[in-house]
Amino acid sequence: MAQPDISLERAAAPAPSRFRLPGPGQWKKYLPERIIKAVLFLCSIVSIFTTIGIVSVLIFEAALFFQEVSIFEFLTGTKWTPLFASKHFGILPLVTGTLLTSIGAMFVALPLGLLSAIYLSEYAPDRVRRALKPILEVLAGIPTVVYGYFALLFVTPILRNIADQIPFIEISVFNGLSASIVMGIMILPMVSSLSEDAMRSVPRSLREGAYALGSTKLEVSTRVVIPAALSGIVAAFILSMSRAIGETMIVTVAAGQNPNFTFNPFVPIETMTAYIVQVSMGDTPTGTLEFKTIFAVGLSLFVITLGMNLLSQFVVRRFREVYE
Amino acid sequence: MAAVEPIIRTRDLNVYYGPTMVINGVTMDMEPNRITAIIGPSGSGKSTLLRCFNRMNDLIPTFRLTGEVLFDGQNLYASGVDPTEIRYQIGMVFQRPNPFPKSIFDNVAFGPRVNGFKGDLPGLVEQSIRRAALWDEVKDRLKESALSLSGGQQQRLCIARALAVEPRVILMDEPCSALDPISTLAIEELMRELSRQYSIVIVTHNMQQAARVSDFTAFLTPQGDKTSELIEYGETRQIFTTPKDERTEAYITGRFG
Ligand SMILES: Nc1ncnc2c1ncn2[C@@H]1O[C@H](COP(=O)(O)OP(=O)(O)OP(=O)(O)O)[C@@H](O)[C@H]1O
Ligand SMILES: [Mg+2]
Repeated sequence: MAQPDISLERAAAPAPSRFRLPGPGQWKKYLPERIIKAVLFLCSIVSIFTTIGIVSVLIFEAALFFQEVSIFEFLTGTKWTPLFASKHFGILPLVTGTLLTSIGAMFVALPLGLLSAIYLSEYAPDRVRRALKPILEVLAGIPTVVYGYFALLFVTPILRNIADQIPFIEISVFNGLSASIVMGIMILPMVSSLSEDAMRSVPRSLREGAYALGSTKLEVSTRVVIPAALSGIVAAFILSMSRAIGETMIVTVAAGQNPNFTFNPFVPIETMTAYIVQVSMGDTPTGTLEFKTIFAVGLSLFVITLGMNLLSQFVVRRFREVYE
Repeated sequence: MAAVEPIIRTRDLNVYYGPTMVINGVTMDMEPNRITAIIGPSGSGKSTLLRCFNRMNDLIPTFRLTGEVLFDGQNLYASGVDPTEIRYQIGMVFQRPNPFPKSIFDNVAFGPRVNGFKGDLPGLVEQSIRRAALWDEVKDRLKESALSLSGGQQQRLCIARALAVEPRVILMDEPCSALDPISTLAIEELMRELSRQYSIVIVTHNMQQAARVSDFTAFLTPQGDKTSELIEYGETRQIFTTPKDERTEAYITGRFG
């Protein structure tokens, strides 16, 4: 048996390279490169400055608001009536409204999104997947105001008809349920597409390993693919949830403008986003305390969605190297 | 060949990927409790042939096969045969170790669990890891992630995982090609040990390995375009010392240098 030939001559000095580092006179050659680099840098700076600008306006105006209203009252009060004669500035009714609709939306989007992701990633033949994905993406491209009126004019009447058949249940024209269902449909493509990406990036070798042990397709999906893709799936859920929290048009159109401190899905409520729309579109004079409320609400909204996005990044990073 | 009843036999096996025929007319019998090596140049269809034996190729949409693969006399490709049932009996170890991102214990317990195993699971896991000659290295860390093991340990874990479903045949597709020489020797020793109880079919690029561990050797090589044929099949000693076909001789001597 031949031994591999380990010759020492290989370690001899390398031949002089044909390539040279640029001399002092050659910088012109690199000019286009530098210009492109500078332009790209400026572009990224623009978005960073915009973000900084928005956040500082939010903080500045909210700070003015909190000079007049205590943070404690704002965070713990259960009455939100800044536009009435007797003013209360407890944000909790807006928070429950937001939580109710976005958690409701997740109840629709999670199971359907996950199931469709499993189907697309594990079961669908290539042809079907290539046809279905664009359709799901169209769903994501529908303007949210259209979804809002779809909820109000189509889903709500159906729900009210159903409720008529059931004693003791009555559904108002504006209600959280209809908005939740339609918002769930709206974020469905996001849940399904992000989860599918996570599932498809699970290496083929893991699936083969499971098949080789006599697993069925369902067992491969539920016992190998989903656990291995879990961090990506959780991140998809969190991102979708934060999208639902920030969603505006559907809840403004279909859920009402009544800040009720309740988790009852059948009555009118108001979300944080809908409140901001209400004040911005109304005739509240700028500079007044009533007007400044929208910055305080906006800042709260920003903190919540930022927190969720950071959480999703953390989840992805924390659990990323599970395979490899 | 010998008079014992073969465990796997193929009859006029032709394999196609889409319109391309990659394997033409392979007929061979594999003896139980022996190690059969499949050798041949890259792209000669060794993996394809091996994966016909547990219907792993079914996962490839363009795959098509004619002829028969008989396991214990039963045609694996007859209608009504459930591929998952076959894979309990015919296990597989892959080229790169592919443990699941789970604990060492859960990796080995995976097969029995999907298999509906009712009984002493920890006992079965221990027995399987022992058979894969890995027990002493992992007995105190069964709850740790399988990914914390070295490559050679991971590959032995994959062997333990395959043994836990108590198969009768183990298919190995270049099981050592991602491993260092010491781990390779450990796995080769293990294969010799396992061949007392199991029938093993191994694909290898490494002529020395085929010569060292196998009892029988099959040589595949492409004829003309892409289609491969079984050129020679027989006892390893005979194939390596007195090959009947000059193409076998050329390949083996070329490889030995
Ligand atoms: N999924 C597939 N679709 C189409 N052709 C394939 C597919 N898998 C393999 N082939 C082709 O089939 C032939 C045999 O491939 P195979 O992987 O079985 O060879 P091999 O002998 O195992 O090669 P290696 O030693 O490099 O692993 C090759 O020509 C390859 O290109
Ligand atoms: Mg191969």
